[in-house]
Amino acid sequence: MSNANVPSRLVGLHVPRSSLLSQLLPPSFRGACFAALVALVAAGCTSSSSSVEVEAGPVALRRLTAEQYERSIHDVLGSHVTVPSRIDPDDRRDGLLAVGSTFAGVTPSGLEKYEAAAATIAEQALAAEHRDALVQCQPTSLTGADDACARPFLERMGRQLFRRPLTSEELEARVAIANESARGLASFHGGLELALVSLLVSPEFLFRVEEAEDDTSNPSRQRLTSLSMASRLSYLLWNTTPDDDLLAAAERGDLVDDEALAVELERLLASPKLETGLRAIFSDLYDFRQFDDGLVRKDAALFPAYTQPMIEEAKEQTLRTIVAHLAQDLDYRELFTTQESFLTRRLGVVYQLPVPSPSGWAPYRFPDDSGRAGLLSHISFNALHAHPGRSSATLRGNFVREVLLCQEVPAPPANIDFSIVEDTAGELRTARQRLEAHVSNEACSGCHSLTDPIGLALENFDAIGMYRQEENGAPIDSSGELDGVPYSDAIGLGTALSQHPSLGPCLVRNLYRYAVGRDAERGEEALLEALGDRFAESGYRISELLRDVLLSEGFRTTSGPREADATGDES
Amino acid sequence: MKRFDRRTLLRGTLAGGAVAMGVPLLDCFLNDNGSALAQGAPLPLRFGAWMWGCGMNPDRWNPQNVGVDYDLPIELRALDRELSSGGKVRDYVSVFSGFDVKLDGRPNFPHTAGLMGTLTANLPVEDYTVPAPTLDTIIAAEVGGLTRFRSLEMSCTGNPNQAYSFESQGVANAPEISPTALYTRVFGPDFADPNAGPFLPEPRLMLRQSVLSAVKEDRERLLQRVGTHDRQRLDQYFTSVRQLEQQIDVLLAGPPDLESCRKAPAPGADDLGTEIGQATKTNQLMAELVSFALACDQTRVFSIMFSDRISNLRQAGSSSLHHQLTHDEPLDPEIGYQPEASEFILVSMEAWADVIERLAAIPEGDGTLLDNCLVLGHSDVSFAKVHGITGVPMMIAGGASGAIKPGVHVAGATAPTSRVGLTIQQVMGLTVESWGTRSMEARQPISEILV
Repeated sequence: MSNANVPSRLVGLHVPRSSLLSQLLPPSFRGACFAALVALVAAGCTSSSSSVEVEAGPVALRRLTAEQYERSIHDVLGSHVTVPSRIDPDDRRDGLLAVGSTFAGVTPSGLEKYEAAAATIAEQALAAEHRDALVQCQPTSLTGADDACARPFLERMGRQLFRRPLTSEELEARVAIANESARGLASFHGGLELALVSLLVSPEFLFRVEEAEDDTSNPSRQRLTSLSMASRLSYLLWNTTPDDDLLAAAERGDLVDDEALAVELERLLASPKLETGLRAIFSDLYDFRQFDDGLVRKDAALFPAYTQPMIEEAKEQTLRTIVAHLAQDLDYRELFTTQESFLTRRLGVVYQLPVPSPSGWAPYRFPDDSGRAGLLSHISFNALHAHPGRSSATLRGNFVREVLLCQEVPAPPANIDFSIVEDTAGELRTARQRLEAHVSNEACSGCHSLTDPIGLALENFDAIGMYRQEENGAPIDSSGELDGVPYSDAIGLGTALSQHPSLGPCLVRNLYRYAVGRDAERGEEALLEALGDRFAESGYRISELLRDVLLSEGFRTTSGPREADATGDES
Repeated sequence: MKRFDRRTLLRGTLAGGAVAMGVPLLDCFLNDNGSALAQGAPLPLRFGAWMWGCGMNPDRWNPQNVGVDYDLPIELRALDRELSSGGKVRDYVSVFSGFDVKLDGRPNFPHTAGLMGTLTANLPVEDYTVPAPTLDTIIAAEVGGLTRFRSLEMSCTGNPNQAYSFESQGVANAPEISPTALYTRVFGPDFADPNAGPFLPEPRLMLRQSVLSAVKEDRERLLQRVGTHDRQRLDQYFTSVRQLEQQIDVLLAGPPDLESCRKAPAPGADDLGTEIGQATKTNQLMAELVSFALACDQTRVFSIMFSDRISNLRQAGSSSLHHQLTHDEPLDPEIGYQPEASEFILVSMEAWADVIERLAAIPEGDGTLLDNCLVLGHSDVSFAKVHGITGVPMMIAGGASGAIKPGVHVAGATAPTSRVGLTIQQVMGLTVESWGTRSMEARQPISEILV
């Protein structure tokens, strides 16, 4: 059963699924608790990417995410513009906003908010102190229309906002609005404001249009147009709109030419904006939006150290750690073992570690005896995958299985009795005792044996990631095993995870899904395998992986526009 | 008549013929609707949906007596509250017990099947999916074009991704989670205060219409470049454009002639979260804002999600969430229910009473705003511990402009929940003979509450 159309708003716990798994299993096995183990077996084959047959999947409109919208506005209209927050929530599907963006629409209330946002953005962009730099020409009169100044301005803005040159009809419609409004409002710049609003609320700005064309070098398939490639590359690597050079390259047709594409790609990868793109990839994959939405809340009485600024810094710590690690082109797998990180004093209080730097961020190496190493020991993960009042070995284990290893953990059955598991007042004082109590229950044991041994290794970290040695007065036993590799604590879990055969291939799969905005299709599985092999050969360097993905046929070609899919009831 | 004065005023105010293209649109709007808002004319009928998660204890919630003067079991005691306008909350609330969501052999997806069955009269074939439009959007499609806002959606636990107003599987109306943001949206600069002196339409409003016209001109070019999946999404986008044009038409027509219309007081600073006190306070603020919005005919349809269907409400200082407790907490053998989980039911019913009390606090016509409302209160399950979907609790508050008898207990005797939704649609003026599919198809309204 695919859940490709799961609306995130109905999903309490976002559950990405491995499409590979569904293909491997007969229908009767789908959803079986031990299914995830089968996926492990599938990860081992090898083949060379050059000889791989690829039948790439379809393309669809991609609605800009909130962050992409804001960054695009800043890049085109100036970083002084304050972009309203919470315009229309992003849709997260199959564990990614990037996938949800190919489903998200614009509801009446959404459009109302986009229009209001456009009005305040245009007003700020054309405010007296900023307008001359943006408009780049002086009207003959400040109180009337001036076609000759409005037209080049709107042509330039339109190209940047639509990520392609405007058609003459599109441009003339905007010039007409500018002129008509300038006369109506007796203000040249007031007229430009409304014309700018009409660009900002257009579906051509709010959605990235990915278009296919016949591939001249191979008539049997479709490829993305050069202009579509520009947006795909830019939003993937920088999480923002293409810059002028990239648009120019696209207009020359460079991005459908192997050599020219490779040259342009090197420029994009060398840009400091790559850091923004990497942060966006991992924020999306790890669902760090929950920190921004204020949803990682803890009970103040139980966790006095919890504050919203602290929890936001915890997110930032992890992102800084990831970006610094990957920017040095170190082995991706070592993210789960590295002692290197960054801390603030505020975080130091929760980690119970002295932070020498008086203010702001400082590089920090977790001491050998701190019990901390790797991302899984960070506050961010442990707080995100926990309840407001208690830790959750199951949620943490589920995250590792589904997001880091791309294995499916089925949902719990409908008619369950949790009372033995969750009664913290009784004889069962630690999470391990409570969870082990129901491993004897057949309906529970299959799935919990997948998640709990992982999560229990993290039980030394409470619901805000603070270190503890006991729970309800009983000592915590953090030992366990990950698919046959035993460990004694969280650091051991990180080491076992870093050696897990699914870790690298899972990042490849997730990066690919992020890049194309949908799950991989059957015709792309061989490519993913080959990309996984190359990733391993490269020593798990992210730069090599990005190059391989972006130059792959899967990224550059398509079966064509996505067709509608019947969903829900037969009605 | 006043509306002709307004139009004359419009033409006089705007800067010449260049921006007069919006005026003809007004004719259509006013002919259809203007009389409804003239003084002495019938007051508008409004619909609301209010949802709380994780149900109730049937033995402690369902009244024993049917008809008027039904008894109030402990979990309905909030309805015993006195209203300042006279009478008690219960006098305005009908209770529906024993109405079931029928699975027809489909899975009882926990919390989803019961919720979707109640709100859509259809059952999902996959978990987390929306099989058909929710009741509020069905009604908004009919009456939403008459007001500035087609509908207002609100959520009281601070999560922008949780609400149950769906046009379709892929089209969810995102809720307001912040009372401050809702206040700004409704009562901010665009609000035409009928008590603020002569109405002068903002010239920019008409220019906004021309902006939207330009956007519509892009439509055909774009449609040619996409597949059927995206054509559906773009159709939704352009439907939204038309809705926004209608909203602007309404703004251009000026404030409605409603005596009870006042600008709402600004809410204090937001305090959002899942702690029960936060949700209760947010619900009160949302109810207050929406009551003012209804009195000013800014919208005729609203929905409030008090708590998620998998309720994440919590008590300060407790390590457990409401939903967890419904499954975890043992039934106390002495009292026969789960004491800690059941506290959340009592608090939820108090919050429901808060909404009703708030609507009754605004005088309107010979009575109160509540008399011209029909608000459906409901949950996603009956007994949450077992995800029960027989006897899903439902209530209707308000007099529906005299179209229904309030204060009645109706025992459904295993009738589908969709009968309540069918009744609501018919009372709201929709021409609909049946609602739902398979065993969820309802053809008979609930005559016990019809006048």
